[in-house]
Amino acid sequence: MFNSYVKTSLHYQPTKCINCEICLDVCPHGVFIPGKKAVQLAKPWECMECGACQINCPTSAISVDSGVGCAAAMISAALRGKKLDQKEECT
Amino acid sequence: MDIPDAAPEKINIFPTTSKLSRKNSWDHIQARWGIRRGHHRVIPGLYVLGNPQPSAPVFVTANYTLSFDALRSTLGEMDTYILVLDTQGINVWCAAGKGTFGTAELENRIEICRLQEVVTSRLLILPQLGAPGVAAHEVKKRTGFHIEYGPIRAEDLPEYLKTHQANQAMRSVRFNLKDRITLIPVELVHVLIPLIIAGVVIYYLGGLLPALATLLAIIAGVAIFPIVLPWLPTHDFSSKGWILGMLVTLPFTLAMLFKGAAPVWWLQVGIALALQLALPVVTAFIALNFTGSTPFTSRSGVKKEIFVYIPLMASLFGGGILLALGAILVHNLGRM
Repeated sequence: MFNSYVKTSLHYQPTKCINCEICLDVCPHGVFIPGKKAVQLAKPWECMECGACQINCPTSAISVDSGVGCAAAMISAALRGKKLDQKEECT
Repeated sequence: MDIPDAAPEKINIFPTTSKLSRKNSWDHIQARWGIRRGHHRVIPGLYVLGNPQPSAPVFVTANYTLSFDALRSTLGEMDTYILVLDTQGINVWCAAGKGTFGTAELENRIEICRLQEVVTSRLLILPQLGAPGVAAHEVKKRTGFHIEYGPIRAEDLPEYLKTHQANQAMRSVRFNLKDRITLIPVELVHVLIPLIIAGVVIYYLGGLLPALATLLAIIAGVAIFPIVLPWLPTHDFSSKGWILGMLVTLPFTLAMLFKGAAPVWWLQVGIALALQLALPVVTAFIALNFTGSTPFTSRSGVKKEIFVYIPLMASLFGGGILLALGAILVHNLGRM
């Protein structure tokens, strides 16, 4: 209850991981931790869907529906008749 | 026909220093208060700090004065280069989200500034929060420059540069009290005009107490909410804001009930109830909008909040307004 931030769109396929650990560097929330053969998804609920890991992953092992978690931008997009899923612009 | 070789065009490199002037400080204050938004820009291009060797690494930043100044002021006595991308005067994090601090602009700026000719090093140090816009492996493939993501905050750079390794604290975003307070002025400036209009309209309709209650509900959302954010119960911004709104409105509702501010008892009760219904929603709505200023709300979560809470907010707010207008109307009709 009163927590909308439990589930995120982050999806990780460890089989594709080459353990380069760039995701450990770019994630501002420590969502990934080092692993033996592949990095491990440690705190998926902390993910803010910024997309840094996805764009920097050289083997596309990570996917996330990235975007700005900004209600103001999403509401104004909705009011202008755009879909909520479109990329919003910050002002 | 022979085309004579054009004289090699001189590479434009701007000198800069790590010292912030009084003019810079004034510019920062204006930026924090939302004054001349969009005018806090640095010319994109290559800057030189001190007297660097061609083997010096290149730091990359956005052409927002607060970003550029945070970087150069922390580099101190270092002799190095700074590559400023054209992010249209937007900070690194927001520009990376938009893609203007991104792979294309970085590659484009490297080419425009002929960076390959200026430096022999092939190392670019980017702020970590620029990563959502930049595919490091792509840039490496196409330009030969290796990207290293430095710490989130420029102030951690000196420590980082000792080993080129960032610890978890440098890699994690924080949003401490000071960070949150820094955001209040610009938020206040945003609501100033609606604040004045709401205050005046409600003063004429309902009197002083409801007008003050409204002002406080708005100010609570803008200025108190960021401060008390971590200590408010529940996780969602809407529910946190609603709780804060209930608390700040309650004294006014009670005063309305017991001080006999209105001529008849039922009008008093009606307006008091209307305040307690409508105003916490205003605080909650402003709180929900604060999600965009924090470094941790995900888009999935915010979307969910909008779907769950906006209909509720609309009903409560509408109910409160109808109740107040109804009570005032019936009272005025009764006097005729």
